[in-house]
Amino acid sequence: MEVMPKWAEVTLVPLISLLLAAILSALVILAIGEDPIAAVNLMVTGALGSTYGWGYTLYYATNFLFTGLAVSVAFHAGLFNIGGEGQAMLGGLGVALACLLIPWPHWTLALLGAAGAAALFGAAWAAIPAFLQAKRGSHIVITTIMFNFIGAAVLNYVLVNLMRPAGSMDPATARFPETTHLPTLHDILAPIGINFSKSAPANVTFLIALLACVLVWFLLWRTWLGYEIRSYGKSEPAAKYGGISPTAITMIAMLISGGLAGLMAINNVMGEAERLVLNAVEGAGFIGIAVALMGRSHPFGVLLAAILFGFLYQGGAELALWTSIPRELIVVIQALVILFTGALDNMVRMPLERLFLMMRRRNA
Amino acid sequence: MNGSDTSGRQETAAPAIELQGISKAFGPVQANKDISIRVMPGTIHGIIGENGAGKSTLMSILYGFYKADKGEIFIAGKKTDIPDSQAAIAAGIGMVFQHFKLVENFTVLENIILGAEDGGLLTPSLAKARKTLLELEHEYGLNVDPDAVIEELGVGMQQRVEILKALYRQADILILDEPTGVLTPAEADQLFRILDRLREEGKTIILITHKLREIMEATDTVSVMRRGEMTATVKTKDTSPAELAELMVGRKVLLRVDKKPAVPGDVVLDIKNLHVVDDKGVERLKGIDLQVRAGEIVGIAGVAGNGQSELLEVLGGYADASGEIRVNGQPLDLSGKHSDGRSRRARGIAHVPEDRQREGLIMDFSAWENTAFGYHRDPDYQSGVLLNNAAIRADTEAKMERFDVRPPNPGLAAKNFSGGNQQKIVLAREIERNPDLLLVGQPTRGVDIGAIEFIHQQIVALRDKGKAVLLVSVELEEILALADRVAVMFDGHIMGERVSAETDEKELGLLMAGVGN
Repeated sequence: MEVMPKWAEVTLVPLISLLLAAILSALVILAIGEDPIAAVNLMVTGALGSTYGWGYTLYYATNFLFTGLAVSVAFHAGLFNIGGEGQAMLGGLGVALACLLIPWPHWTLALLGAAGAAALFGAAWAAIPAFLQAKRGSHIVITTIMFNFIGAAVLNYVLVNLMRPAGSMDPATARFPETTHLPTLHDILAPIGINFSKSAPANVTFLIALLACVLVWFLLWRTWLGYEIRSYGKSEPAAKYGGISPTAITMIAMLISGGLAGLMAINNVMGEAERLVLNAVEGAGFIGIAVALMGRSHPFGVLLAAILFGFLYQGGAELALWTSIPRELIVVIQALVILFTGALDNMVRMPLERLFLMMRRRNA
Repeated sequence: MNGSDTSGRQETAAPAIELQGISKAFGPVQANKDISIRVMPGTIHGIIGENGAGKSTLMSILYGFYKADKGEIFIAGKKTDIPDSQAAIAAGIGMVFQHFKLVENFTVLENIILGAEDGGLLTPSLAKARKTLLELEHEYGLNVDPDAVIEELGVGMQQRVEILKALYRQADILILDEPTGVLTPAEADQLFRILDRLREEGKTIILITHKLREIMEATDTVSVMRRGEMTATVKTKDTSPAELAELMVGRKVLLRVDKKPAVPGDVVLDIKNLHVVDDKGVERLKGIDLQVRAGEIVGIAGVAGNGQSELLEVLGGYADASGEIRVNGQPLDLSGKHSDGRSRRARGIAHVPEDRQREGLIMDFSAWENTAFGYHRDPDYQSGVLLNNAAIRADTEAKMERFDVRPPNPGLAAKNFSGGNQQKIVLAREIERNPDLLLVGQPTRGVDIGAIEFIHQQIVALRDKGKAVLLVSVELEEILALADRVAVMFDGHIMGERVSAETDEKELGLLMAGVGN
């Protein structure tokens, strides 16, 4: 018998956690002498009050969707992939190579080719820690963290020494050719009469991310491979008994996870910057962990969490721009959200369970 | 009870322990409901009940691990609060757990004084303890070498150390929780002799068990628990196993398995010179030879940890081995690389694993997801690239009905079924595939008596259909009831094979202890 109905489990628990995080954030803003209500207003108008704000919110959300899905898939296999950051970085290298080396006739083909390269590079970067875990038992948390640093160093070297155009002082690749530029939401929505902000970076990748959401859901809950991934994540002894190879599932789950993290690069590198710069990922790999935690590793939960974090990101940038609230405070707010939705989950859950139990007793 | 404050533990009038109206709930589960019991001093009092009946909760309350929601405890007629185990020890209660709480690489003496050291210096307190210990050993006839290291002692000896630990802390009341679970029959007999002696010396003993035979053999009085309630307390000599079983389950149960003589056919499973070395380099199977024919049940008896689990793992396809195994005349691949559960299932081998909660089921998965487990790549369960969830659900519903799984709800998570119903889900999954060879490990461990009857019938029915069954169980009674032939394992060897009808527990017990042939 479930103690709490399913709807309460998936809606009430995260909502209350979020509310607590918001209250605490308000107290922090109050403590540094700013007005929390004005701050919230500013964040909401800045992130959601215009198509420009939405364009940024959705752009960030797209990044977090990919990295959040990446963490989720690995999570279902019982693996904690902290290497989304590095895998997304390498994905960016794949995108840059695909866009610069191949003369694409049209952006649609370029998108397919670059997405393939991004996923391939991201997966390859996850493959080494996965192999070490599957064959040698080296803990995936440790190795994926280390591979973030190695990835950053590799990119540094490649950008400074190999891909920097001659004469440029900037550690970045050349601009990608015109035919690889992706349509923004402005371009997509204009034909159907919606006037979306021209200067916001949200682009067609957002739709790809939504598609990835659906595909991950199908993979996990509708295919035998997803079934095996989830089985292995729940119980390794049972998986062995059931004829599921721990080595194979560890590898496959991490390759899918790394591929999803790598796919993020078609949004930030190909869709937004249109060239590969240093530190293009900007921490989205780590935010993905929070997004997956908050979204309970379910693709639709991840979607909602990614949009929330997109909002926090864009709203936070506005806050830093227009008030004396430092940008770092946004990190504090994000940390509070992570703390309440992830780490302190039981703090909210236990009293709620007790409440439901009391209600049931009274009805019985 | 009659208000005598003279701390008269020896007073014969007052019960050694009296519980009045003890209730305890865990969330929605009422583990103990208004339980009252009187345990008279100088007796062995059995508490019997199925798993989950609330025996352990009750004893945990008595030993201070849980606090009762309601109710009172009287020790030797005096109302006593037991907020923690320190208080329980102070009140003269000693507990011998099912899983021993001993420091493996300490000596007996060091374990005895652990937590009861006398002063800050170890040497004088060890010397003092040695004297006390030797006196105790002499008084109760419990011979253990004080300087032996625990890990070098057998299980029976380790249990004696646990008893001595309690006696050293001046326990007058000993609680033993399922004490024979890890013992050979001979060791169990020894334990009961020790308990007799302790009773003669005036100690009070509470024996918790689910084995009817032990209750009949060892106790003076027996209390039966069912679903958190105390259903009866009777003098052991005035009752019978059948009556106790009925009190435990709430209906009449068949204690013996009704089965016709076996009609063995061709050899289905043929094992020759099988060796298994585990991850740590320890040889677990040391040359096993065994045959199982169609239409017979071969039981593997033995104390847990003598290689039975490894044998099942190799046959189930998830441990490396060397040697030869043939199924229906065709060799099985024993190299870890190619052997896996899926190819074994394809060869007509079904496996009900020993630990269903760890291996046989995924506890968070629903019943229907578990019904597909291991067979999830079966074409029947696919539609295109996707799983055919509707087909799996329908199949699960049919299986649940045939195996009387309750509640018959395919969407319920495995963890929310009782032990017996969990086992039925596993059994339905494996048996309904109509395998040539069924491997069954501990089929009724943690299963209520009512379900045991049903599970045994299903295994026998499969045999009667002309299938081969290899049964591993640590319950000798179960082996003798089900198996047509018995092979006894000890230390990675098969010590001997017997025809069930021509052997008894005593003979098998000797083989289990490594004596014989």
